[in-house]
Amino acid sequence: MENKNRKQLVVIGGGPAGLAAAIAAKKSGLDDILILERDQCLGGILNQCIHNGFGLHTFREELTGPEYAARFIRQAEELEIPYALNSMVVDIDQDRNVTYVNEKEGLQTVQADAVILAMGCRERPRGALNIPGYRPAGIYSAGTAQKFTNIDGLMPGRDVVILGSGDIGLIMARRMTLEGAKVHVVAELMPYSGGLKRNIVQCLDDYGIPLKLSHTVTNIQGKERVESVTIARVDENRRPIPGTEITYPCDTLLLSCGLIPENELSRQADVTLSRVTSGPVVNESLETSVPGIFACGNVLHVHDLVDFVSQEAAKAGEKAAAFVLDGVPESSVQIPIETGGLVRYTVPFTVDPARMDENQVVRFRVGNVLKGGFVNVIVDGERKIHRKRMILAPGEMESVTLKKEWITPETREIRVETEAA
Amino acid sequence: MERDLICINCPMGCSLHVVLDNDEVTSVTGNTCPRGKAYAISEVTHPVRMITSVLPVDGGAIAVVSCKTSQPVDKERIHEVVCAMKDVRVQAPVAIGDVLVSDIAGSGADLVATKHVPCKGQ
Repeated sequence: MENKNRKQLVVIGGGPAGLAAAIAAKKSGLDDILILERDQCLGGILNQCIHNGFGLHTFREELTGPEYAARFIRQAEELEIPYALNSMVVDIDQDRNVTYVNEKEGLQTVQADAVILAMGCRERPRGALNIPGYRPAGIYSAGTAQKFTNIDGLMPGRDVVILGSGDIGLIMARRMTLEGAKVHVVAELMPYSGGLKRNIVQCLDDYGIPLKLSHTVTNIQGKERVESVTIARVDENRRPIPGTEITYPCDTLLLSCGLIPENELSRQADVTLSRVTSGPVVNESLETSVPGIFACGNVLHVHDLVDFVSQEAAKAGEKAAAFVLDGVPESSVQIPIETGGLVRYTVPFTVDPARMDENQVVRFRVGNVLKGGFVNVIVDGERKIHRKRMILAPGEMESVTLKKEWITPETREIRVETEAA
Repeated sequence: MERDLICINCPMGCSLHVVLDNDEVTSVTGNTCPRGKAYAISEVTHPVRMITSVLPVDGGAIAVVSCKTSQPVDKERIHEVVCAMKDVRVQAPVAIGDVLVSDIAGSGADLVATKHVPCKGQ
């Protein structure tokens, strides 16, 4: 097994998903694993998420991001799972040849029996938002500003406007305030916030930072450095309403306008991607359309809670180990999980009645707020689950559990749907 | 006195209305569940928050070490605690759990490292 250029499992990404996947694969019997991480340390984005609130589900205590990461890094080190840092994967092909590059080894290609994609996601940049105005210095994505303040100890600016009410933007509003900056306003295009209630209260309300819903940035002034930012109210078609503009003198604009799974490598391997999640289409084993390539964490679909990333990734690790140790299963029946009502997508997208877990977790998101409604699971016209939910919201990932006994190779229809009250 | 709050226990975000008589809560309305009432009472009588920040590290592999208060501190003392951090520098190496400042600003909470920072070059 000690062939340098052959591995049982290559995990791409050493963040929370990659670590949990590698740990589970090792515990499931794989010995020859390699984690490839492009940063100079393991832990991924958790290293810069210094706020608390992580791990309530996994460890029953509230940890900060670096503490949560450290627990997984320690486990990986105790299990002696090899990893390469500063290593950028540049290609994967359908035969699971993984090519990466780093300063020490140069260009390397590893043939892997299985690959787990755990590359995470990235922030939607200014270029994808069509914000008019000049292009001066001082415009950052919220996560970039977070890296400056929390890793490099640098302040991106002193007078701040934030566009988008995603959680990173809200967290950064508080963070920059505590570091002595003045955060003037958080503007959100939608009529509801994209972040958690807890963050609105504890990051904005605590510090008197106004949140303006149904507002967007209509102009950025300043040639060298941001000098001011203009926001305006938008109508129901999200078009700015003339006459509602307010201009804030400031030196910094932070963008917290959504996260996009980072799937360039998946595309190179011809992995089928979903138009809804922008992540791979996976079956019950979290296996993509390419046999032996699995996906988990934010590269698969964007999560709100790292605890769910860890759970999902551990499952991918177990399944990848089974794939390597038990060989390729015989051709299987894949039954699609259909969506109904406000359900936008499910992960997994399909299930094999033979290979699914006794209790198969299916995660999903809704496209709008629904109060007092129901979540239903229908199998061949029969309602198997009918669960009342006080509230369903786009910002909160939901899940249902499919029982293996409900589904046979002859099953024609599995549907996860919402039903209004 | 009366206070309006948004409950943060779940995404419902109930609008809570609290009536106080001499710091004694006499009624909570607007909540849908018992957790809302408990939140309202603690929030109006004794609001507390965890504080997380970073401190500069001399001789460390990275420039700053992340830290947190060892327990939640009174909400109105956040500013004092943050000001007390201003001139603190720490020396590498730092390990998770190291107390960086004890009883910071007399808050009763220690400031504790949340990240390992080895010495530069290690």
